[in-house]
Amino acid sequence: MKQSSKIDQHGAPMLENRNSAGNAIKSNVGKLMIASFALVAGGTYYFMRHRQGGSVYDDAPRKAARRKSGKYDVTGRAVTINRPREEIYAFWRDFQNLPTFMDNIEKVQPTGAEGRAIWTIKAPAGTTVDVETEIVEDIADELISWRSVKGSQIDTEGRITFRDAPNGSGTWVEATIAYQPPAGRLGRMVAKTFRKEPGIEARHDLKRLKMLMETGELSTGRRYNEED
Amino acid sequence: MRALTWHGKHDVRVDTVADPEIINPRDAVIKVTSTAICGSDLHLYDGVIPTMKAGDIIGHEFMGEVVETGPKSSLQKGQRVVVPFTISCGTCYFCGKQQYSACDNSNPAENQDISATTYGHAVGGLFGYSHMTGGYSGGQAEYVRVPYSDVGPIVVPDDLDDEQVLFLSDILPTGWMAAENADIEADDIVAIWGCGPVGLFTIQSALAMGAGKVIAIDHYKGRLDLAKQLGAEIIDFHQTDVREALMTMTGGIGPDAVIDAVGMESHGFAIDNMMDVAKQKIGVGADRASALKQAILAVRKGGRISMPGVYGGFTDKFPLGALMEKGLQLKTGQTHVQRYMKPLLDKIQSGELDTTFLISHRLPLEQAPTAYKNFKKNKSEWTKVVLKP
Repeated sequence: MKQSSKIDQHGAPMLENRNSAGNAIKSNVGKLMIASFALVAGGTYYFMRHRQGGSVYDDAPRKAARRKSGKYDVTGRAVTINRPREEIYAFWRDFQNLPTFMDNIEKVQPTGAEGRAIWTIKAPAGTTVDVETEIVEDIADELISWRSVKGSQIDTEGRITFRDAPNGSGTWVEATIAYQPPAGRLGRMVAKTFRKEPGIEARHDLKRLKMLMETGELSTGRRYNEED
Repeated sequence: MRALTWHGKHDVRVDTVADPEIINPRDAVIKVTSTAICGSDLHLYDGVIPTMKAGDIIGHEFMGEVVETGPKSSLQKGQRVVVPFTISCGTCYFCGKQQYSACDNSNPAENQDISATTYGHAVGGLFGYSHMTGGYSGGQAEYVRVPYSDVGPIVVPDDLDDEQVLFLSDILPTGWMAAENADIEADDIVAIWGCGPVGLFTIQSALAMGAGKVIAIDHYKGRLDLAKQLGAEIIDFHQTDVREALMTMTGGIGPDAVIDAVGMESHGFAIDNMMDVAKQKIGVGADRASALKQAILAVRKGGRISMPGVYGGFTDKFPLGALMEKGLQLKTGQTHVQRYMKPLLDKIQSGELDTTFLISHRLPLEQAPTAYKNFKKNKSEWTKVVLKP
């Protein structure tokens, strides 16, 4: 089956999934939950907002919605970085730089095939999970999006955009990451890593990217090097 | 090295701990020659600042000699520097606007969550002032690691001794910014609550900015005497009804500007303050704000409020209506120290400002626990303590 993008242009997850088996049940359960929430909320606003995935009348990014939709966990953040767009794009585009500011990623190794790399992601108890990703879209100085290739242990997709901030105050960097952990023991481990505090890790990562780009270093309250 | 470490409420000790090292390229290590106890250190001492951990080195007013530099520090070994208590990267949006204490980068990413949640945005890094502000080791120690040393520390000339310049690290700029935040106009009447070191420097600054009259309010005789020496009229709130007095002393109008140099552990007899004391004691975390509340009621219509006093949480019974109905302006914030260091150093050098008058005690660092106890207990005589490592 064709892989479809789970992140629309506003960074919101789309409802369709690549695996249609079991979808009817899942989406019905989802609708039931949403419908009952709408009842509690005393209106149909949330129902409308999420059932159709498009008819939202405010201008907020979709990941700020009060209810998530679909089977993917979506997290994302925006940060303003006081550096030119080209510089930040170039830094991010070299995926091997990601581990310098992303805590959950141990290393990123290009496979040799165009746009493909193996991301080694930290999991609990000192274990790691490898995920092979491919670049989906790459527009210089504007946006990069990637997703895990078919058959990966973690089904994930991400997108980062770079836009000029107003008044020459640098670049607005917005990251959105969607992921669906697999079932079973590995799934629970990955969920523990990623889902414990959705958004916190993404926020820390972007803050660290900002520090690196703006100051050339990562702030730390440590007084001495721990290995001493 | 020897350093003053925090272990809990009213429990500070001088311990032997690991020396600091260069960690990041822009770091420097300073050998401390003088360090002071700040009024806001008493908030730590009293255990009302959250996110402290046993063993934390406190202290944020310090100066010394550069002994080590990272490859990207602009300092040189042997230079004498005063270090601002606010840590600022110098390159973010806020540093660019000289709002140094709002620095976006100096608080480590993993320490930003608490303030981001409590205040809506993460605060900048500070030396020796809890993990919410970065978990940086403070200056009441023999050595300190100074991050972003190319931005913060100011090199001071050798002909000025430590006591003349030490307070550039915090309280002198804090007093100056407090007066600046009151938008003082010529001949204004300015009332200042609190004659601790910041209050006293605020009096000096307000007069230097052209205030016609400064009225200082406190209840420690020793501190009120110092305020009087600086040229303020004084009110002892244990003897006098402050509001009555202020109305009379301002021809029934109220002060043009009021300044709360007291902060979250305000003393007072009002019922709401007693409630707040009780709440602080049982750990519900209310900020006692009786000085601020009194100031808001006293200030004239259309007047200005400046709030250098430190607050960390929430307060009850805040006179929000008075703020709106009287059309008041309120300015506050941690001091943007780096903005004021050079101009204030110039004023010290020219003799325009003297900072040494408030030092009451000089002790070796080893006696810091005694100093804290006395600074807390005997405020009338212990106005400012300078420690020598």
